[in-house]
Amino acid sequence: MAMKFEKVGDGKYMLDVCGYVCPHPQIYCKKSLEKMEEGDVLELIFDNPSSGETIVQMCDQAGHEILEKKEEGGKLIYMIEKG
Amino acid sequence: MENIEKRNQIWAFIVTGILILTSFLYYKVNVYYMYLIVYIWFGFAYGMMLQYGRFCMASASRDLFAAGVPRMAVGILIALIFFSLVGVVLSITNMSTFHPGPLGPHELIGGIIFGVGMVLAGGCASGSLYKIGEGNGTSILSIMGIAFGQAIFVDIGGVFNRLMPQSWMDRANATTWIPADKMTSWFDHFLAGYVFTKRQILLSETKVIKSLAGEGNIRYFIGDSLVNTIIPAAVVLLLIYYFYTRKGFIKKRKKKKGSTGLSDELAGIWNIITASQRTTMMGVLIGITAGIHILTMKGMQLRFGVNNFGQLLTRMGHSVDVSITGKVFDPGYWYITTQEAQFAGWIMEKVGWNVRDNVFFGVMNGLPELWRNPALWMSIGIIFGAMVMALLKKEFKFKLPKGELIIWGLGGGLLMGVGARVALGCNIGAFFIRVAGGDPGGWLFGLGMVLGGYAGVKFFNWWTERKMAKEMEAF
Repeated sequence: MAMKFEKVGDGKYMLDVCGYVCPHPQIYCKKSLEKMEEGDVLELIFDNPSSGETIVQMCDQAGHEILEKKEEGGKLIYMIEKG
Repeated sequence: MENIEKRNQIWAFIVTGILILTSFLYYKVNVYYMYLIVYIWFGFAYGMMLQYGRFCMASASRDLFAAGVPRMAVGILIALIFFSLVGVVLSITNMSTFHPGPLGPHELIGGIIFGVGMVLAGGCASGSLYKIGEGNGTSILSIMGIAFGQAIFVDIGGVFNRLMPQSWMDRANATTWIPADKMTSWFDHFLAGYVFTKRQILLSETKVIKSLAGEGNIRYFIGDSLVNTIIPAAVVLLLIYYFYTRKGFIKKRKKKKGSTGLSDELAGIWNIITASQRTTMMGVLIGITAGIHILTMKGMQLRFGVNNFGQLLTRMGHSVDVSITGKVFDPGYWYITTQEAQFAGWIMEKVGWNVRDNVFFGVMNGLPELWRNPALWMSIGIIFGAMVMALLKKEFKFKLPKGELIIWGLGGGLLMGVGARVALGCNIGAFFIRVAGGDPGGWLFGLGMVLGGYAGVKFFNWWTERKMAKEMEAF
């Protein structure tokens, strides 16, 4: 099991933390956003529902916008635009 | 999608049905097991609420320090306030089973160890239980760490006894009410030579509060609720607002209105209370439920004319389950950790380890068969309650622990186990219950948890930064 943080396009990044439990998804999400530029989009893939509540509030407080939330095969996918 | 929903609902019914059937069978065997059934269903209710509110005390300090998110810290403060108010009513009506813990620096030290452990493990004692209900395998390891960490910690002696200060050893060995064959481990000497000499303080019973509020019932509100819970909780809430959310909130308001005043500050405080409605709502419900739980347990004790389930076990002929004082672990309220230690102790005894030759099992808590352990049934209720809620919300997913999570889960659990024994309780028994009950020592454990949590977050920040840097080499 390993986390993946990749640049998938111009201003687009992907963070896959499936298999990880608290606090890893929220910490990796925060650190990934810190590495990105304003306006860049992060596709966050995780499967630990307990982290979701914290990630939503963290984005709200930091001014990042969650563009889309979806669930696919037990995985949660959030598209987050850095604010 | 509909199929998954249907399947989850069926499983939720099956899990609930198993618990109903279990309760019915216990009742048929002996009416005394009503006592145990009450624990099962309060556990079930806690589990549902913990899962719904994502109520984990590890995230209170961890998410605050790691992500600047205060939702859980706020949820706990709300729960404390409501629990303390219900507690006042219970004290006034003489229906409380609460008793304060010995006050001393061991609570702070235990809290620090526990705090580091809960961040590493990814959940506190109650949080790890509800996460097992979500199918989280790492939490199973955490609970095993808590269980075996405690059981081994309280039983080891020999060379470890040399680590105890001589004054503790002398005082412990001079104790007359504990038989010499039960005073064997270092933990026994720590208890008898140090912890048992400490004062137990209930604010409503102190001279200061009695001189302020008199001998009447109002002293329960002034001492236990207002001074020990509501005012400190409000101060912590204000500190969280000031240091973590005020800047961003006021900036947004200024942008919108041009200037800000007191009403905006109040709106900012209200905003952190309502930012995560499900957590705050569960904080209120958990606080009230914890109070009703105490009331119900007291009712059970009055109904059967006992003050400990060990007396009922003895009446039913299971005297081998109880300690030499005729008791088993029966807190009379929400509690985690000691029952997990009994679970591990039970397994250790079955493989030939003598775990009854110490104060923890032999004198204080007994070692009942797992199916006759009331507090253990509360923990099982929490797992099942959380499982039902997770199934209904389509959030149940079994995940085997892999890689580094095995080390974090087990190591964090062991630290939580050790911390819980040093402080005589976990995030529930040593913090939540004690603070709301009027015991200032609960705040010492809470402070320790926060400090330990901070250290754990610092470590994880370093660890994740290292891994991120490796990933970014490819960019």
